[in-house]
Amino acid sequence: MTSTTSTTTAAGRALTDRVDLQRRVPPFGGFNLTYLGIELKRRLRNRRTLIFTIAFPVVMFVIIGLPLGDQPLTGTPIADGGPSVAAYIMVSMAMYGAMMSATQTGAAVGVERAQGWSRQLRLTPLNPLVNVVTKMIAGMALGLLAVVATFAAGAISGVQLSAAEWIGSGLSGWILAGAVFTALGLLVGYLVPGENAAQITSLAIVLLAFLGGLFYPVSSMPDFMQTIAAFTPVYGISQIARAPLTGEGLDLLWVINALAWLVVFVAGTVWAFRRDTKRV
Amino acid sequence: METSALPRSTPPASPGARPAVAATGLVKSFGAVRAVDGVDLTVAQGEIVAFLGPNGAGKTSTIDMLLGLATPDSGSVQVFGESPRAAIAHGLVSAVLQTGGLLKDVTVRETLDLTASLFADTRPVDEVLQRAGIAEIAERRVGLCSGGQQQRLRFAMALLSDPGLLILDEPTTGMDVEGRRSFWSAIRADAARGRTVLFATHYLEEADEYADRIVLMSRGRIVADGTTTEIKNLVSGRIVHATLPGADPVALAAQLGVDEVQVQGERITIGTKDSDAVARYLLTQTPARDVEITPQNLESVFLALTSDGASA
Repeated sequence: MTSTTSTTTAAGRALTDRVDLQRRVPPFGGFNLTYLGIELKRRLRNRRTLIFTIAFPVVMFVIIGLPLGDQPLTGTPIADGGPSVAAYIMVSMAMYGAMMSATQTGAAVGVERAQGWSRQLRLTPLNPLVNVVTKMIAGMALGLLAVVATFAAGAISGVQLSAAEWIGSGLSGWILAGAVFTALGLLVGYLVPGENAAQITSLAIVLLAFLGGLFYPVSSMPDFMQTIAAFTPVYGISQIARAPLTGEGLDLLWVINALAWLVVFVAGTVWAFRRDTKRV
Repeated sequence: METSALPRSTPPASPGARPAVAATGLVKSFGAVRAVDGVDLTVAQGEIVAFLGPNGAGKTSTIDMLLGLATPDSGSVQVFGESPRAAIAHGLVSAVLQTGGLLKDVTVRETLDLTASLFADTRPVDEVLQRAGIAEIAERRVGLCSGGQQQRLRFAMALLSDPGLLILDEPTTGMDVEGRRSFWSAIRADAARGRTVLFATHYLEEADEYADRIVLMSRGRIVADGTTTEIKNLVSGRIVHATLPGADPVALAAQLGVDEVQVQGERITIGTKDSDAVARYLLTQTPARDVEITPQNLESVFLALTSDGASA
């Protein structure tokens, strides 16, 4: 130990101010911007997070999407304002970044519980649910950053979409990926404590992203794979997010897929959260 | 254990003052194991209480219930007249726990900023950094701090809310001698401000030196409760140890006129006011060998009250 600073200053004024027992309880279950700010800072300082949630989708877009900038996605030629395949890949990659960020929220809860930090927080007025919400907001903010970065890369490299297409696909991709995959991440985080949670979710995301057609169009898969893909959690939300581009309109099955997985993950998380706070 | 529990009335406090801790009939089982088996504990405001006991005595389980981290199977706990959870929400009680983790990727100061943001009223972060003796490492990442520095950080976090009751579970683990000394001088300065302190320790000298009162736990029960002097007086005289194969503790106790003879394997331990007579008897009338006579200290009281022989 290097610190041997004397504590005489504390002793010096000790007798003058008594410990006061009249106290207030913080509002909003302890939610505050200082905590949120530190959470955000932690995310942005983590090099691995930045590489996998922001750099990776941008680079993937540049590698896969950019060469397809001249290839029209629909029957409408690009010259007439039709979207390119590059735009389609841009939205897919943006969603991948948002999914990564969202699942890390859950994985972080698992790691912090294993490290005993959750227990430490139980010694403060912070409501356990508010703790999770704060982390979710930070995770969603980082997800938005991933979407914006990928879209910016797209815009710079010549992807042209209408304002409605930019906003429609960006918002739906961000929010849907955020909602479904924050829930999945939390579920894994509560079920699998420690660093394993992060590894399991990362692996799950890559697998689900492939199955859901983020890296490889579902329509180009063999028939049986297409059938399987339609039941996986990335499929529904990514089809919805890309609908503004393809002009196919919303398929009810996509919506059912997205809602069903959201319900499954949220219900699982609520169950795991209750079990967790009971034993802390 | 019939002779060991000292009756203790609640120490005098200012009229109308709620006790810092009021626990009655606490029971907590884990599976078939009764970790806490009927604990009654009242701590008046301003007391410094040492919670002593061997591993598995139920200290940590009792502390968990005082903090609302565990729910008692039966019995009740109140902290300043409130439920433990309400007392924590008001910032009335804080703790330094062995199990409490820290975020490795944030700095010491950020940890304190974060913790402070969760309470309605706190002391300034710079003040607690100073008092915990970690002001000069404020900008260091927690993961790079030594075990002792991390323990001081936990202490600083506990000081933030300026709690009326501070609970410390083995607080000086990982600290060197100098660190321990300055830690306790900070605690004493604090207690002078009216802070109640309850600490669990396995360092007997810490209990002896820094506590007003010692609560001794063994196998889920409080086996002794009193001032350090009272506890030492529980077992007066000296202790005679000897190796005596096949000793009959009951017959031996009757023969020697002592309260109790403890037997562990071939080793017997006898607490007595007349150690000369006991030693003479053992050496002349029995095949006893390796006779040793030691003075009573807190450690021997501790051993006498918590060893397996005490309940035999």
